[in-house]
Amino acid sequence: MNKTWNNRAWLMVLPVLLLVAFNAIIPLMTVVNYSVQETFGNNLFFFEGVKWYQEVLNSPRFHAALGRQFAFTAMILLIEIPLGVAVALAMPRSGPWVSVCLVLMALPLLIPWNVVGAMWNIFALPDIGLLGYGLNAAGIEYNFTRQPAAAWFTVVLMDVWHWTSLVVLLAYAGLRSIPDAYYQAARIDSASAWSVFRFIQLPKMRRVLTIAVLLRFMDSFMVYTEPFVLTGGGPGNATTFLSIDLVKAALGEFNLGIAAAMSIIYFLMTLLVCWVFYTLMTKGEEQ
Amino acid sequence: MLDLTWMAWTWQTATFFAVILALLLGMTVWEWASPGGNPRVGVLGLRTTRGDRLFISLLGSAYIHLAWLGLVGSDLRWALALSIVYAIGVFRFV
Repeated sequence: MNKTWNNRAWLMVLPVLLLVAFNAIIPLMTVVNYSVQETFGNNLFFFEGVKWYQEVLNSPRFHAALGRQFAFTAMILLIEIPLGVAVALAMPRSGPWVSVCLVLMALPLLIPWNVVGAMWNIFALPDIGLLGYGLNAAGIEYNFTRQPAAAWFTVVLMDVWHWTSLVVLLAYAGLRSIPDAYYQAARIDSASAWSVFRFIQLPKMRRVLTIAVLLRFMDSFMVYTEPFVLTGGGPGNATTFLSIDLVKAALGEFNLGIAAAMSIIYFLMTLLVCWVFYTLMTKGEEQ
Repeated sequence: MLDLTWMAWTWQTATFFAVILALLLGMTVWEWASPGGNPRVGVLGLRTTRGDRLFISLLGSAYIHLAWLGLVGSDLRWALALSIVYAIGVFRFV
């Protein structure tokens, strides 16, 4: 069958293009302009060339923040994806408990990010918070405002609490879409639970899990509000991720040039990962 | 007259964006002259159109420039030359 090509349909996307131009492309162009200049305020700029990029690329502070960012993202993916799949597998497939489970799973996702940070800040305080007080009462010395390991533990736990539900809901949707005939065939072959998971459920969940990994990667790589409200990047710089460091440079120190160069590098990393995931997803669809 | 001073333009960044815009316009003309995007499977085993190949070229060139800045120095002429060779390679083989 011959397809009809009509490029006039592209006019339909013109409003979206204008919207994107104003809320994304023009600000991005401005950031590029800032990244090659120095300013002392009053809208006065001095051209510096690629100086800020070199400074950022050779800055131990940037390397440390980037390392923390990758470590945080790796931890989040290694915990949330398997945990989300396990919870989705444990959820009932039919009956009245399905709705109860789905509502319970959706609840953390409805809470605004800054509220999650504030909740966990109070929850983890060593003197009055349930988690902090409980751990100390159990003999485990815990103070997330003083101990870097405790701060990391709290930040990761908070993110797992907030976002594992998303993976659960996506994995559950994937599981529900598997026709019963596959399970019947597995029963006829006396397949073990592991074989059913390995050869039926996991391949059928591949697409939703790719989306889950992509979403969780993006969110955790750009995380800002929750750790900022919980720890403020501390103790010291222990939980200063890339986004927090960027805001510190731009608003705290008014280093707009360095912050803009950091933003562009950050943007390029995000773009590369998005492209890799998009390519993997579309390649899977073609196969 | 539209006041764009808040965007802090320099002629260098304006040239950069003008080149990107020219590339996009060139791709549009190319698509108009030869529709369909010339899809093919290249050395990476990916099915790419010429739009994909432009994206891979631009993204790769950005990384080549960053790597040059971080590892070699601030004279970017060789990085630009390397990027052009890389882009030709992408359009020929990817």
